[in-house]
Parts: sequence; structure tokens; C-alpha cells
Amino acid sequence: MKFNTFPGGVHPPEEKELSEHCAFERMPAPSMVVLPLSQHLGKQANPLVAKRAAVVQGEVIAEADGFISAPVHSPITGTVKSIGRESNSSGYMKEALVIVPAEAAEGEEIPDPVMMPPLNPDSATVEEIRARVKAAGIVGQGGAAFPTFVKLTPPEGKTIDTVILNGCECEPYLTRDDRFMLERPEAIVSGLKLIMRALGVSKGVIGIENNKPQAIASMEKAVATQNGLSVCALQTKYPQGAEKMLIKAVNGREVPPGRLPLDVGVVIQNIGTAVAIHDAVAKGEPSITAAVTVTGRGIRNPKNLIIPIGTPISDVIAFCGGLTDDAAKVVVGGPMMGVAQHDLNAPIMKATSGIVVLTHDEVRKQEETACLRCGKCVDACPLHLMPTRLARLAQLNMVEEAERLSITVCMECGSCAFTCPANIPLVQWLRLGKQRVIHLQRSRKNTAA
Amino acid sequence: MDLNILIAIATMGGLGFIFAGALAIADKKLRVEENPLIGQVNDVLPGANCGACGKAGCYDFAVNVVEGTMAPNGCPVGGQEVANDVAALLGIEAGEAVKIVARVLCRGGNIEAARKLVEYRGPQSCATMDLVSGGSKQCQYGCMGGGDCVDVCTFNAIHLNENGLPVVIDELCTGCGMCVKACPRSIIELHPADREVFVFCKSHDDPKTSKDVCEVACSGCGICARKSDGGVIIENGLAVIQWDNFDPDKIPFDKCKSSAICFLRDGFAEHQAEVAAAAAEMSPEQSN
Repeated sequence: MKFNTFPGGVHPPEEKELSEHCAFERMPAPSMVVLPLSQHLGKQANPLVAKRAAVVQGEVIAEADGFISAPVHSPITGTVKSIGRESNSSGYMKEALVIVPAEAAEGEEIPDPVMMPPLNPDSATVEEIRARVKAAGIVGQGGAAFPTFVKLTPPEGKTIDTVILNGCECEPYLTRDDRFMLERPEAIVSGLKLIMRALGVSKGVIGIENNKPQAIASMEKAVATQNGLSVCALQTKYPQGAEKMLIKAVNGREVPPGRLPLDVGVVIQNIGTAVAIHDAVAKGEPSITAAVTVTGRGIRNPKNLIIPIGTPISDVIAFCGGLTDDAAKVVVGGPMMGVAQHDLNAPIMKATSGIVVLTHDEVRKQEETACLRCGKCVDACPLHLMPTRLARLAQLNMVEEAERLSITVCMECGSCAFTCPANIPLVQWLRLGKQRVIHLQRSRKNTAA
Repeated sequence: MDLNILIAIATMGGLGFIFAGALAIADKKLRVEENPLIGQVNDVLPGANCGACGKAGCYDFAVNVVEGTMAPNGCPVGGQEVANDVAALLGIEAGEAVKIVARVLCRGGNIEAARKLVEYRGPQSCATMDLVSGGSKQCQYGCMGGGDCVDVCTFNAIHLNENGLPVVIDELCTGCGMCVKACPRSIIELHPADREVFVFCKSHDDPKTSKDVCEVACSGCGICARKSDGGVIIENGLAVIQWDNFDPDKIPFDKCKSSAICFLRDGFAEHQAEVAAAAAEMSPEQSN
């Protein structure tokens, strides 16, 4: 049988067997949560509570500031300990609220969590769905954390004909979406139908890579009785879960550089986002937990967990039995695009999908050598760029030439660096080049204005 | 002789005559009068076209000086000598050319600054370190020691010392500002060379954090500011010198626990000797 896919890409070892059999467990509330005000792409949220204020689980503690922004809800009932700069899994200090749980004093009861009133997912109107997704602070679970409400509110004049649910989970190690598809197929279908109703679309496709046969079977069973829904099995390859790659693989359309999936009539949502939308509508739950795969050979008991947002990574690691003796590197996200951590006090955020702990052998340092001009990175680049040349241009600060060769199209998937036999840190150079090109474009805009 | 050759010579020669004539006429009719002084001033300028004066290049500077919109001492690269030459050409007072030099306002080298649990591995350039959570030091404001300032200096006026900190050689520094632009942490500033006291820190961390991450960080305690009569103010957890009413005699230097505010010569001469000794102790095989 032939499976669809996209041109380019790589196939790293999958390593899913470490955690794919572990059913979701709920992690208990930690002794402290750190809630960055910016857990989404776009403008930072505005805090609504002051230091020492009492907050209730589910209460809005920071409101969205502007259209592309998202509110933050408290995952626990407790008191605001401080508002200031705290470590963040992106590697930088960011504004965050710290909340400690309330201890029930005598004769007092801890107040019940505040949830939004549940709606009937079969009859909720377009406005109700959008308002609920916005109020619940749901952000894309695929990694970029783009506010989901914005994606459900396409600009006037765009016609959308297909919603694709991204069940590729092309990052090695991660098994979160796989578990969702096995454990909650009805919630996924319900979430997909809500997205389709909000966008006025009648065709929904769930794209799943063929290394998850059980998930494919589970979802095929769930959509069998539904009109307009289908499952598309795809050949396993990285980075299939990237929006543009997935569209190419599923319906053959190519998103032009600098454009969005909207421009080819497609909206993509992650499996986890569909579940979150279902829970927000049917149960009234705001976005206060994250589904996270904790895995890797450096952790004693790999697990799939539902974790209150704001839980420090060190607590999560302790809950999974701690690190093994040869653990060397803790990566938040998948091993291809995730961020290596230098401070394990950084919190779990809304879009955190995984914690991968690698051992010394797996991260052994390989010396960088000169470029061999072999062209492997050019073959691997799913966006048809020339990573080796762009990296060199970034290194030499030849910003305009890099711009001409479309460096800003790069999505930093890391396929080039993965395949490079000379161990050149191509992604890092490309990021530098992108940053410089964006600066140049901004200064050009400023002088023109 | 072959006729063809003669025809060729005649044609090319004739064309040459016609064009030469056209040029001669254009030279007379379309002439733009330029002040000859501009050319002369341009000749005495260093010709580096570095842009340190704020103009597009040396010629642009010459035009502005001759037109009187800039002072003859406006070229920081040329210094007093060039200012005198330019002034002599224009027949005016040179004024004092203030020598401007780059100052590195961070003393948190490899010895003073606390390091992260994990080491940064990747290209040794400040620009790339800044993209990956900022290198191996814990401080988010200080020098990362990647040497981007050293790489861009065309005058070889800056180098990294044993402690991994950039040091400016005043004699070679022309104040062109290339290192200022190259530093992603903005810890290099241009100052008149005769300024002696600086706050050698850019950290806005709270007092506890700054103490934890670096031995020589300014915690923003404000002792120096209280005695300074407005010469030092505390801005967002950091002491900032207000040069207009700054008087070093009013600063209680011995009260600054981390010596973040100190004399340049103290910060970098005595301190450097200490650092060299400590560095030699840390890696005996390297110093041999």
C-alpha cells in the first residue's frame, strides 16, 4: 500500500515504544505553580490579580491583551506569592505569576473550582464556540501555541473547504497524540466537528502517520458513522506534522512562501487542541492542564501525564521516578525542535507536549568539521532551501543575499542539521540569519514610514 | 598597406575626436562649481569611511565641515591631529577634539560570573549564544565572552583577556562604535576617554538574583546614589551615572560591596592582576 507524504524530510529513529503503552495519568497539584503571562504566540496577557490575592482554580488571572493573545487561568486554588521574572522553558526569564496552594484553615472550606457552564457540543452556535474557545484560553497544542480562537475566526473573503486534524506526531519519542487517539477518539471527533462548524466547513480529515496503526484503527472506527470525516494514513517521515508539509501530504496543495494554510483553503488543528476544544465546550474546562509525554532513556518511569500548567519540570521528573544516573540532557518539546533546559525550575506551559531526557551516549558531543558540500541538507529540506549556503551567509553577515534566498521561509525543523555529516549547527546559524533579515526588513519599513 | 586597416584607424580616430570634442564642450558648459576646500579637507581625513562622525563617509563629513554644519573636531578617528589640519585649511579654531573610546561595562568574567548547570555547546559567537538562552553564564545582562566585538574591530583595539572579558586599548580605539553595534547585550558604550568612573554592570536583576549570579554585579542598593547629589540614580534596579552632575569625590566607593561602581584603573588594572593569578591557578597546564 502506498502512503501519501511530502518531498524531502528525514526519518529519525522513532523511539515511541518507551511510552506508547502508558495510559494517561493525572498528576496531582504541585506545591507551587509558575504561570508565565506569555504561554502563547502574540501579546503577553495582562495580570488581573495582585500579590497576596486569593485565587480559585479555573479563575482568570490574566486577560488577553489584544486580538492575538490569550487569557491565563489558575490551575489551582491558592494565593499569589509573587509577580516577577521567572525561568521559562524557552531558556529566558519571562514575566510570571507564582501561586501557592491554599491550606484549609479551621472552619473554612476550600472553594470549589470555577468552571464555565457546559454547552451541548451538538447544538452550540458558531458564536458560542468561538467565544468559549477564546474565554478558555486555548492555544495550539502543536508547539507554536498560536491562540486557537484566531484560527477559528478567518478574515472576511477567505473560503475554507477542509479542516485537517494533525495526528502525525512526527517528533520522535512523543506519544501524547497517539494516546489521545486511543483513549478519547469521541472527544477528538467532537472537537473536530466543533472546529468545522465554527468555520462552516463540511470536510474534515485526520492525518496520522502509519507508525501508529492502533491509532489509525481507533480513529477510523470513530469516524465511520460520521458524514464528511475521514482518516488519511501517511508515510512516517519528519517533519510531516508541520502545517505546510501536512497539507502537501494530505491534499497535495502547496502553501506559497509567506502565506498561511488559510490561503489554500485549509485550517489545521492539533489532536490535543481538538480535545481541549471539546472539553471547553462540553465540560466548561478552561486551559489549565497540559498533556505531556515524559520519556527518554534518562528517566526512570516514562509516562503520559495530564499536568496542571505551571508545574515545575523538576516536580514532573520526580513524579516519574527521577532521572537515571546517566541522564545528560532534558529537552522540553520533541528532540528535533525542543529546547534543552538549563534550569529545571522552568514550568510546564499550555503548549508543552513532551519532556525528553537523553543519556550521555545519546548526546555525545560530535566535533564540527568543514562542510563537505555533499548536499544532504538540501535534499532533506522540506521547504526546498539551501541550508548550507544560508548558514554560511548568516555567518558572514550577508543579510541581503540571505533574504534573496528566502531564509525567512525556514521553519527551523532541524532536518538539515540532523542529516549533516559534518555536524554543522545549521539551525542555529539559520536562526541568526532569520533574525538579522527580520531586523533589516523592520528598519526598512521604519525608514519608509 | 591594407585599406581595411586604414579605414579602421580613420573611423576609430574620428570617433575619438568627436567624443573628445563633446567632452571638452560639456566640461565648459555643464561645469558644477565645487568648493576646492572640500577636496582638500577630504584629503587630510583618515579615509576609513567608518561613519563614526555620523555622516555617510569621509567626503560627506568634509562637505559638512566646509559648509559649517559640523565642527572640525567631529572626526573621532582622526583625533586632535586631523582636527588641527582641517581647522588650518579652513582658517578657524580647531576646538578641542574629545577622544572618544569604547568602554566595556561588565566585569563579570569567567571567574566572577556564576555558570549554568549545563554548558553551552555551539558556535562561539555572542550573536548565536544569544539565540540559545544566552550562553553558559547565568547572568542575562552581562558579557557572554563570545568575542563578537573583537571580530568586528578593524583597528585591533579590543581583545579578550584571560578572564574572557573584552579589554579596550585606548591608544588604538578610534571610537567608531562598531563593537557597540555588534554587542547583543549592549554592554559596550562610547565615552570620552577622560571619564574615569563607571558602573560596570548592566543587570536589572533583583538584588538577590544579581548577587547569586555574579560577584561583581550592581544590586541596585542605592548607597552610591544617596551620597551623590543626583550624580547617580537607580533605574530599574541598576545604578546609572548622570554625567552632567556627577562628582566622583562624593561617591563612597568602599561602601559598594561588589565594587560595581569603581575607577576604570581599579576595575581593570589591579583587578586584572588578580584575575591573571586566579586564572593561572585554575589551569596550570594552560599557563605553562
